[in-house]
Amino acid sequence: MKSLIYTLFIASALIFLGACSGGTDETSQAGAADADILKNTPKGQASVVDNESAPNILQVAIGSPDHTTLVAAVQAAEIEHVLVNAGPLTVFAPTNAAFEKLPAGTVENLLKPENKQQLATILTRHAAPGSYAIDDLKKEARKGRKLYMATGDYLDVTVEGDDVYINGIKVLASIQTSNGIINVIDEVILPKSE
Amino acid sequence: MKFFNYLLLFAVVGAVSLTSCNTGSSKKGNQGALGGNLAERVYVAPGEHDEFYAFISGGFNGQLAVYGLPSGRLFKVIPVFSVDAEKAYGFNEETKPMLNTSYGFIPWGDLHHPDISQTNGKLDGRWVFVNENNTPRIARVDLTTFETEEIIEIPNSAGNHSSSYVTDNTEYVIAGTRFAVPVPQRDMPINEYKGNFKGALSFLKVDPETGEMNIAFQIMMPGFDYDKAHPGRGKSHGWFFYTTYNTEEAHTLLEVNASQRDKDFVAAVNWKKAEEYIKEGKFETMKTNYAHNIYDEETHSAKTIWEKEVKILDPSKLPGLVYFMPMPKSPHGCDVDPSGEYIVGSGKLSANVTVHSFTKMLEAIKNEKFAGDAYGIPILNFEDVLAGTVVQPGLGPLHTEFDGKGNAYTTFFISSEVVKWKLGTWEVVDRKPTYYSVGHLMIPGGNSQAPFGKYLVAMNKITKDRYLPTGPEVTQSAQLYDITGEKMELLLDFPTVGEPHYAAGIPADLVAPNSKKYYKLEENKHPYATLSEKDTKVVRDGNTVHVYMTMIRSHFAPDNIEGIKVGDKVYFHVTNLEQDYDVPHGISMIGANTSEMLIMPGQTETFVWDATAEGVWPFYCTDFCSALHQEMQGYVRVSPKGSDVPLKWSLDDE
Repeated sequence: MKSLIYTLFIASALIFLGACSGGTDETSQAGAADADILKNTPKGQASVVDNESAPNILQVAIGSPDHTTLVAAVQAAEIEHVLVNAGPLTVFAPTNAAFEKLPAGTVENLLKPENKQQLATILTRHAAPGSYAIDDLKKEARKGRKLYMATGDYLDVTVEGDDVYINGIKVLASIQTSNGIINVIDEVILPKSE
Repeated sequence: MKFFNYLLLFAVVGAVSLTSCNTGSSKKGNQGALGGNLAERVYVAPGEHDEFYAFISGGFNGQLAVYGLPSGRLFKVIPVFSVDAEKAYGFNEETKPMLNTSYGFIPWGDLHHPDISQTNGKLDGRWVFVNENNTPRIARVDLTTFETEEIIEIPNSAGNHSSSYVTDNTEYVIAGTRFAVPVPQRDMPINEYKGNFKGALSFLKVDPETGEMNIAFQIMMPGFDYDKAHPGRGKSHGWFFYTTYNTEEAHTLLEVNASQRDKDFVAAVNWKKAEEYIKEGKFETMKTNYAHNIYDEETHSAKTIWEKEVKILDPSKLPGLVYFMPMPKSPHGCDVDPSGEYIVGSGKLSANVTVHSFTKMLEAIKNEKFAGDAYGIPILNFEDVLAGTVVQPGLGPLHTEFDGKGNAYTTFFISSEVVKWKLGTWEVVDRKPTYYSVGHLMIPGGNSQAPFGKYLVAMNKITKDRYLPTGPEVTQSAQLYDITGEKMELLLDFPTVGEPHYAAGIPADLVAPNSKKYYKLEENKHPYATLSEKDTKVVRDGNTVHVYMTMIRSHFAPDNIEGIKVGDKVYFHVTNLEQDYDVPHGISMIGANTSEMLIMPGQTETFVWDATAEGVWPFYCTDFCSALHQEMQGYVRVSPKGSDVPLKWSLDDE
């Protein structure tokens, strides 16, 4: 009797499973809808809305009229999320004037979609893990330490008088942000040609 | 017997299949083809938010958990009456006072009934009040920080079950007494309970600006068990209703001795009258001692105030303060509908759900038509106050909530179901099984004049086979129903942390916009706060050492400390200097025997470390804060007692 009941139970269960399997179509339709939903969800930390915290590196850069070229380049290279990451990060931020010092056509060329990777590499060479404001850079120079950049390069840090230089480029000002430091420079850091 | 087994099995299989396929078809009817998927109706896509917050009590774990509805996702466990490692609550120096009571430091409690603050009978999303059942206390959780801000102990009380519900404008939050006790406590024979034990009903005034509570008065009732309570609302605003059982005043084998009477009472308390009596000075001041613990958001610290007296009102001497309405068979749930007219009592041992009428109650009081009195408190006639009866809706009725559309939903423990019925006609409209043996249920806003009748959460007492098994102890369980249609639909099972005893729900948009993102450093008034790296220091005071430390991505300052001696008590006062959303840092020290801590941006917390052995001992950040998190570490050098190693602290050797 026990086994009969068991068989009956299994049979009933199977019948009902079968009866309900008509739902598969709906499921797959829902699957397509899900894919749409996923496509429309926010893309990364750069899209987090937060008007209360201290501004991060990206927010400060976007707010600076002297850095519109840099911001355009960051967006073209699609590395915004790096600049809002927990970091900490020190970004050497070339001014618009710095980009203008490059040979004519360089910036326009780099902004082309096919040069995205090259642009990203150039920009990444402007970022160092850690927080280094001008006073910290002076300490680095004093202690004879080089600055390790996110691309793997080491930059020389030197002091002349009251000023501090990165690979010979003068650091004009430091801005504290919520996730690191922006150091304003008026030249683009290019790889050493040796 | 075999035949019976067969029938039972058939019934079970039938029920299961009916449930699963019914759900499918009615869904299609309600929602069209697109809504044909139950999963879709509880699915919240990645990055999207839930529509409601649900604050579900943890019961015996003493905590309050925050979930989203309809997804059932768990967001946070707020420690209230229990220590909690995740938040260092009850472990760090700042929060230890929160768990002080007149019985000493109590590391855990039994949290039962959350209720959200209201303005004009509508949820305002400012605070959640919760009660501790075991060592009677009421706590207030702030809904900007989602932290416990205040805990007040209830003197003269035991088994604080009939609590912590709020009135229409959060004028009061209430506490009650389930286990009558001698008041004041004294040594006396237990079998002299009858006539001597008392049940205090406490009214805590809530400051409309700060939310701070104080016990305005206690009504010293006869020694019955005051089980559940609800405020009058709308037309019955100004009253509070409590179910009682054990009006037999039994002191032993209550399952038999407290089930002797056909009817117990609903106590109707006129708290506006109580306010008048207080104003007229018709109270006694009783000496007592109870803890009032307040957490200050600016000092990030709690302190305990010892309160010394309480005002007592005697209902046998103060006419118009309390009336008793007979209610069948040891009633449990005491629920008031959104209009304030109906008081629903669920007699645990009754076959019916009984509903009393507020209007009829006032009429009977006006006509002074009493059936007698109990300890000087007038008893109204059952028939005079009866509004109606839901006849045989199920077995073991417990609690009722409302959808604001004229329907009531009652849980039945024994028959394991939720039953929907109509207010006024008392007819049963629908019933759905729960898995298994439901206790409380919750509709967001269901305790207010304006419920949000979209979802119903059933909180079950028994789980058994509903999830993957995890040994003898399995997860606790809640279930979500869609109640927008004529028939309820079971959408989702979800596991809960601790016993989902009861819950309060609220639309997310009434709370989420106020949620704090971080603490501002300039508002940090912690006595040991260090607001910049240049202010860090180490100060010795005899055998006590205070370390004023900061943390920012990705280092501690200082990170090298020397000159600590064996036998020193070292207080680490650590301030997180970040001013950015969701960048906490942690700190943990080898051998830490009080606390490890997770510190929010702008906040200061303290742990004590006993230097017990010579050596160089590391500490590190316990929260993956940044790309250089693994580098966030430091050392404390401990030298022998009496050594002359000077006290020294540094970062980068400077």
